[in-house]
Amino acid sequence: MKYLILTAGLLAMSAGAASAQDVVRMGTEGAYPPYNFINDNGEIDGFERVLGDELCMRAGLTCEWVQNDWDSIIPNLTSGNYDTIIAGMSITAERDEVIDFTQPYIPPASSLFMALSEDADLEGGVIAAQTNTIQAGYIAETGATLIEFATPDETVAAVRNGEADAVFADGDYLLPIANEDADLMIVGEPVQLGGGVGMGMREGDERLAAFDAAITAMKEDGTLNALILEWFGEEAATW
Amino acid sequence: MFEFCTDPATLDTLRWFSCYLTNGAHFLFYQSFLVVFALLAVTAPAALAFGFAAAAASRSQILPLSWLGKTYTAMVRGVPDIVFFLFFVLVLDQGIEFLRHSVVCPDWTDPIRQGANFLVCPDARTPQSSAPQWVHETYGFALAVFTYAIVFGAFCGNVLFGAMRAVPRAQLETGEAYGMSRRQVFWRILVPQMWIYALPGLSNIWMILIKATPLLFLLGIEDIVYWARELGGSRTSAYQYPHPDWRFWYFFGLLVFYLAFTRVSEIVLARLTARLSHGQATAAGEDLRKAAA
Repeated sequence: MKYLILTAGLLAMSAGAASAQDVVRMGTEGAYPPYNFINDNGEIDGFERVLGDELCMRAGLTCEWVQNDWDSIIPNLTSGNYDTIIAGMSITAERDEVIDFTQPYIPPASSLFMALSEDADLEGGVIAAQTNTIQAGYIAETGATLIEFATPDETVAAVRNGEADAVFADGDYLLPIANEDADLMIVGEPVQLGGGVGMGMREGDERLAAFDAAITAMKEDGTLNALILEWFGEEAATW
Repeated sequence: MFEFCTDPATLDTLRWFSCYLTNGAHFLFYQSFLVVFALLAVTAPAALAFGFAAAAASRSQILPLSWLGKTYTAMVRGVPDIVFFLFFVLVLDQGIEFLRHSVVCPDWTDPIRQGANFLVCPDARTPQSSAPQWVHETYGFALAVFTYAIVFGAFCGNVLFGAMRAVPRAQLETGEAYGMSRRQVFWRILVPQMWIYALPGLSNIWMILIKATPLLFLLGIEDIVYWARELGGSRTSAYQYPHPDWRFWYFFGLLVFYLAFTRVSEIVLARLTARLSHGQATAAGEDLRKAAA
């Protein structure tokens, strides 16, 4: 009898712990359209919002969205402020040492330069990139001078006001801007960086498997490809 | 908000702006002004209380208490605000979780620090990860308010300590001559008279506090600076209301807001000074007496 009560108690406790675990807090930047952005109603929107909600539904998890600035997005994950990073983050070896990644949900895509004129100096000029991105890391290795900004929008603003010769960022972010602004154009050759975009989680978080399985399922039934085409256009790389 | 807002692309300028400025994101922007006022409303009295305690402690005849008061004011005043904010909020956050962890799950064997991770048991998470987002935001705000109170409390402590020493010694001696105890002299003579000496310093701190509110942005709280940057950034047609880089206008708006706010504060503080000067043994008090006579 004693054992029965004890077991029941333990079960109740573990059930309590499980329900506390059930809410997955999804951290995103909310400043990188079309990946993720704060829409006109002040809500988090974008490809990753739709994808994240779908993944949570398939994995049977309750998810809550949290906005966090890009430059502190990894430290705030590891200190437990939220449970995932779903913010257009490319999978790299350096990041993988600190956090775990799911399999990629966006194939490795090209990074592009965008400038005010065709003859912008990409090798020796001043190139703007967002802090802590693979693009910033890449520019730091080249002969160009890197200036970093906290938000993607500021990198583009730096080109518009002449502070930088060009901005280097994900093509999917730059293309809609270049298409709508007559002054800005894509220049130079595309560069392939990173191992695709995946979801980041704390090392050893066992919910990673559930998200991985959900991504696999979405890849297999074609919903992921449809979603990529819907948000990134017909030219986008799919699975 | 308005009925004609369903398709913003077809609107004329005036209607476009009336829709744009009343969309959901802008309402969050307007709400964030309340965050700033709430911060001031809670921080100002809290900082004054901290400062009063620090000044009273510094004057204490009990040495350890006096050291405590003086160390607090000297230490916090000596560290740059931003460093203190970034450091202290982190310390508070992790400290609270660590304490709760030690109480709630004493049997937890995994280390709390695993590489870069700071992981306490799920029950000790503060706030609980299942808590709604507004609880998380309020918690973050409360940590920020507490940190502001500590920082500005130290400045207030210094000002009040000086003000207490500025009260003419003769006033206190008179009280003592009437047979008042130390405590009675402190509460009945020193405290009522010190405010007029403290006011210039305190009003200065109030101004600095107003101007320090954008530091909330550094702590990840969605304040007016966050929304000004967010809404002012250029927007493509992925948004309902595309526009070029308007950060200039948004930050200009903040500038006007802060200027107006500090100006109103100045007027109120000037009136308060006049009021407190009545019957005081200060130059301003003397002027008031002469004007009335």
